[in-house]
Amino acid sequence: MNENRMRYKKNQQMIVVVLLLALVTYLSSVLTDFNILHGLATLPEAFIWIFSNLVVTEESLERMPTILDKLVETILMSIAATTTATILSLFLGVMGSKSVGTSKLLGILARFIASLSRNIPVVAWALILLLSFGQNSLTGYLALFVGSVGFLTRAFIEVIDESSQSAVEALQATGATYIQIIMKAVIPECLPQMISWILFMIETNIRNATLVGILTGTGIGYTFDLYYKTLNYHGVALVTVSIVVAVILIELLSNHVRKVIL
Amino acid sequence: MQATTHMKRRSDGRISIKSGNEVQLIMQLTILILTVLTVLAFLFFDYTGLDIQRAIKETAYNLRVMFLEPALSHFGWGEAFHQVGITLGLAFLSTILGAVLSFFLALSAATNLTNEWITKIVRIFLAFIRAVPTVLWVLIFAIAAGLGSEAAVLGMLFHSIAYLVKAFSEAFEEVDKGIIEALRATGAGWWHIVVHAILPSTFTYLMSWTFLRFEINFAVAVAMGAAAGAGGIGFELFMASSFYFDLREVGMITYMILVLAIILEVISTLLKNRYFPASIKN
Repeated sequence: MNENRMRYKKNQQMIVVVLLLALVTYLSSVLTDFNILHGLATLPEAFIWIFSNLVVTEESLERMPTILDKLVETILMSIAATTTATILSLFLGVMGSKSVGTSKLLGILARFIASLSRNIPVVAWALILLLSFGQNSLTGYLALFVGSVGFLTRAFIEVIDESSQSAVEALQATGATYIQIIMKAVIPECLPQMISWILFMIETNIRNATLVGILTGTGIGYTFDLYYKTLNYHGVALVTVSIVVAVILIELLSNHVRKVIL
Repeated sequence: MQATTHMKRRSDGRISIKSGNEVQLIMQLTILILTVLTVLAFLFFDYTGLDIQRAIKETAYNLRVMFLEPALSHFGWGEAFHQVGITLGLAFLSTILGAVLSFFLALSAATNLTNEWITKIVRIFLAFIRAVPTVLWVLIFAIAAGLGSEAAVLGMLFHSIAYLVKAFSEAFEEVDKGIIEALRATGAGWWHIVVHAILPSTFTYLMSWTFLRFEINFAVAVAMGAAAGAGGIGFELFMASSFYFDLREVGMITYMILVLAIILEVISTLLKNRYFPASIKN
């Protein structure tokens, strides 16, 4: 009897959740003017269009040097943004961690900075910076930098908090100074995880750099936008393919590093 | 951690004192390469039209105007909430559709439910989807079928699926083998196993992952509005900063996005702490 009632209650909860989701879905589709049937119906058509128009032709291959140039710029931009953000995040991470942080106030400050820079979208940063820095690589770099600091700080705080306390305690017992503890116990212990997060951030940043590039007119995003707006779909295809190849190569490389160090 | 405490032995049984070396080497090499590339990046950057001093001063001024004197000028509060609603709607639609499709795909990607090479095909397919940035998917769909909000949702759907299938299939793989075997022994079919064993034991987990993705999709939807003209608050942000140069409005919009993003983050952190073990992050 009791069991049946429990099951009944559980089923009821499930039904309520599903109904609620259905309602919100309906409201969202009304609000955004989205028609799921229409969307699905055009999907095959869209794929046919993609396969027949987005092809790399010989003529577009001539543009390869320009594209490669921009691609390299984008990758370098993402790496530079990540590594320089790492330096700042390391300080913020140590400040913000519960286990090795020095004061509560600094910890809150670090978390606040991280939350702020992470939650203001990269797009907003790109647009703000574009106004004063103009259309150059530095704008893209800074937009990625701010977002990376937010993300990496959160990741580092978690990594530091999770690493074992024993090494820190042992060093404390020997009378090591705070700096020594950080340099000799905390950082070496967290390094593999940190490198893994850094590599992940680089992958993310390359994808974000395309978006930032479209908005700020830099790097591969700009090239894409240029071809896109001039209806040069073969160029669009070539840019897309080169981004895909670059991202997959970098993912494979960082997966390999991760496998060895973790 | 393991590198320092784990002892590797050589074939003759002696402790290999070089055991940590490969790990150390790779880590040092990675750091070195990244440093070199960073330096190179700064040398190769295109600095056209840049006046650092003026730019920094201007940014400081811009930020002050944005954050200290926010105001709406091109549209009222009602319109602002409507636009925020559209962004949330786009995020929600791509998340919920993504979750439903991912559920079925994840069933075929979980190693304990299907054979090895269907898993492999699904994974390669997802790796390819992930490699194309979301904004390119949206733009490609926009030209391919000229869909409006449909292009945005379909484009965002792709990455949601790539993300959720990975999360879901890992959850399915953790389901107790005993339960599946017991059901199989009673002659239950594949669908019985899914409905009565897999789904009940992973349901809350799946819901949490879906919400985490919703949090990400909100940020993506803002970006899509700005870059691909998919509408919503992101599009207003783009208009305010690139067409009207109205910093006060940019500030107000940024605040609105910030408040929503922080609310979503707090909810997802609570969910994470409640449903996920400490080992799973992000």
